[in-house]
Amino acid sequence: MKHPKEEELIAYHDGEAAGQETIATHLGDCPECQAELARIDALLAALNTIPVPDPGEDYGQRVWQQISPRLPQRRGHWWDFLFSEPKAVPWYAPRRWAAAGAIAALILAAFIAGRMTKPTGLSTSAAVEQTKVRERVLVMAVGEHLGRSEMVLVELANSGPETVGQKEVNISGEQHRAEDLLQENRLYRQTALEQGDTALAGVLDELERVLLDVAHSPQQVTPAQLEDIRQRIEAGGILFKVRVVGKELQQREESGNAPATPNGSAKSERNKV
Amino acid sequence: MKRMRPSVETSIESDAIAVERTLAGDREAFRILVERHSRNVYRLAYRMTGNQHDAEEVVQEAFLRAYQKLGQFASRANFGTWVYRIAANYAIDRMRQKKSEDANRALPARQTEDGAEMDLMSTVPDGAPSPERLAQSGQLATEMRRALSQLTPAERTAFVMRHWGGSGIEEIADALKSSTSAAKNTVFRSVQKLRKALEPFVEQRGQARAMGTEL
Repeated sequence: MKHPKEEELIAYHDGEAAGQETIATHLGDCPECQAELARIDALLAALNTIPVPDPGEDYGQRVWQQISPRLPQRRGHWWDFLFSEPKAVPWYAPRRWAAAGAIAALILAAFIAGRMTKPTGLSTSAAVEQTKVRERVLVMAVGEHLGRSEMVLVELANSGPETVGQKEVNISGEQHRAEDLLQENRLYRQTALEQGDTALAGVLDELERVLLDVAHSPQQVTPAQLEDIRQRIEAGGILFKVRVVGKELQQREESGNAPATPNGSAKSERNKV
Repeated sequence: MKRMRPSVETSIESDAIAVERTLAGDREAFRILVERHSRNVYRLAYRMTGNQHDAEEVVQEAFLRAYQKLGQFASRANFGTWVYRIAANYAIDRMRQKKSEDANRALPARQTEDGAEMDLMSTVPDGAPSPERLAQSGQLATEMRRALSQLTPAERTAFVMRHWGGSGIEEIADALKSSTSAAKNTVFRSVQKLRKALEPFVEQRGQARAMGTEL
């Protein structure tokens, strides 16, 4: 074989030469080409040593702060406007409270109707179907809320100082998200309580206390304070409860809101949590 | 803040969930993607642009574009790779634009015989320090940056994606908006130029290391 061209040797280095095996055989017998390949290897290895400045552990958070005001609002669920950015609709705006009341009433009606209506014949099948749709919407909304809450709690549970001597840890990201989740949580807890789902209301109540703790914590906490928050999360087993209820809601959503167990014992399953 | 590092599979799976949530209107889910992938995209952007300011702009723009185009993203794909490619596309456009602006301010644009872009920096008289001085002052890193800055935007993109990003030729061709054979050629040309500019210094460092005189 003739000596491979420079182009072929570079491709060989990358593992992409057309005749990879032929070149390897040639290299075994040709000190000249071996030296040429060694020079290519040395150059690329040297280029790998160029340092890239570390933008910092919180770089992702800074990028988010810079881009989030520029993100267009994506069309999502019909209930999203309730929890939209304060700039768009202040929390005290009548429109928001009116909407919140209307939706709470809808949720309540959906739950009561879903639990009290017993289909007795073909004439009521449409109403039952409508009720199922409403309940499904609520199940999805609470399920998503629990999913987001779980993410925040998992992140906090896995947080810690970067170095042994670090005096403070920044939890501002988790704190802001906990603040946002609080409003949502209150609405769902009240609705669950009003329609008699005490098990769900109980879990949401516990979740609310933890979210409140996190939201009211300082942005920079000492490792001891962080440990305290973490212990409060772990002590009540809230993360486990959130997962169980979230999973149950997901199953209900997948099975078209059929109760998880015979005799409509979804609530009794949660009571075991 | 130190976090437990998830496995690659877990990360891709949770990326897919976050993408779905974002598409459903949950902005917080996109925040997770931004926080997870920003540093990796920054490393690419810095290597392509060669400076912190431009790199940060590339990162921000890449995530803004990813958010806007998220509906086109196939959820089975890897979000990290996808946003990486968006960043590469934007970085090359930005480098070309800057180069064009600089060229308009300085000298008229020139092309090589085969029509490829010719970097105006390469026409500047070589003011490089002698190899002896380089070996003694340990300025190889500076020389390497200088050699990289003399590549055309396409060559630099191809080199960074291939040798630092581990991208395949098709991915590079996509970023360069060229054929795969043209992309292969661009990768080759970039290495060839870097060899020409840097090999004397790299060899000298090797010799100094062998003699135990490297600083």
